[in-house]
Amino acid sequence: MTISKRRLVTATGLLITTLSTSLLAPSIAFSAEEGSAVAEGKSLAFSRKKGNCLACHMMGDGQSPGNIAPPLIAMKARYPDKAKLRAQIWDATAMNPDSPMPPFGKHQVISESELDKIVEYVWTL
Amino acid sequence: MKKILLMSVSMLTALVISGAVMASPEEDRAIFQKYFKERFPAVPTEEFANGVYSIDPVGRENWEAIEEFPPYETFIDAGQEMWEKPFANGKTYKDCFPDGPAIAGKYPHWDKKKGSVITLPMALNACLKANGEKPLKYKKGPINNILSYIAYESRGQVTNVVIPKDDPRAMEAYEMGKKFYFTKRGQLNFSCANCHLQNAGMRLRTEILSPALGHTTHFPVYRSKWGTVGSLHRRFTGCNKQVRAKPFKAHGEEYRNLEYFLTYQSNGLELNGPGARK
Repeated sequence: MTISKRRLVTATGLLITTLSTSLLAPSIAFSAEEGSAVAEGKSLAFSRKKGNCLACHMMGDGQSPGNIAPPLIAMKARYPDKAKLRAQIWDATAMNPDSPMPPFGKHQVISESELDKIVEYVWTL
Repeated sequence: MKKILLMSVSMLTALVISGAVMASPEEDRAIFQKYFKERFPAVPTEEFANGVYSIDPVGRENWEAIEEFPPYETFIDAGQEMWEKPFANGKTYKDCFPDGPAIAGKYPHWDKKKGSVITLPMALNACLKANGEKPLKYKKGPINNILSYIAYESRGQVTNVVIPKDDPRAMEAYEMGKKFYFTKRGQLNFSCANCHLQNAGMRLRTEILSPALGHTTHFPVYRSKWGTVGSLHRRFTGCNKQVRAKPFKAHGEEYRNLEYFLTYQSNGLELNGPGARK
């Protein structure tokens, strides 16, 4: 009983969200911006010159990933705090000096704003 | 998988820590060779002379097919001509290297008089200079021909680098090479050890990372990527560039000490150059 009630609440919530996003122009713009950050982040993550994450990580639908590093799955569960995920990509050796992962932010392999976009994408995995 | 990673990291730490308390080269080598034995228990130690093909059965099939008509053969022939052709003064390489041409097993070695590691290419150039000839360029060109010939004639010799105990500078050179090996460098922040010790056998995209044990046995090497034969120091240069570090000078102090350390770890493995690689 409680389950179906919750479902109902969720469904109503979704309906309201959908309605409000379709009615309110600013929220549409916001979600589109977020969506494009994810898409840009993905292309930066897959680019060999930028993140080149697939060299070591299995992630999303990326072809022929390496297996040196852990697969990037369930990222929201592993990093409930998005800032921690960002810090890990910025410099993984801060947490683990033995980590072979390049310090992407610290060594400016990618810019801070590119890093933000990559975080947005990785957090969807 | 996790167990392997944990083991590799602890072994690595052991190796680095042993560096801090100045482990003897013998202890280093024992740890180094034991590490690969445990990481690849099905691979007999002598197999590591075959580089990545000791642990990559698919790559090995291709490699064996390539070895049917070795791409380095013409370089060996050109090298033999160089070896036999008299210098302007009438002498030949044989006058510098009476035991030649099978001399690859004597290098690198510590030269007490010069206070330096001497590599085979350095010795060849010293011979040329002593005979009033122009030295050869180290990375590309004809030096690789004569290196191919010498490597071919030296096949079957066993890696046996000696760190003499009567000259502390030799130990210093070895330690510098070891430090180089474990130092993260370049924008991408990789040490040699990160890939070829800590992650040997893992896949970087579709490439299997070759084990450090046996890295020095088969040089010079014909690389399909180069379309020609190249030396160990050219390979060092390529590795440094890949991690976006500024490469060092071929046969300068950094790389020759690195060669000294790295070759020493493969003591006991057969020389099987010239090799063929992707």
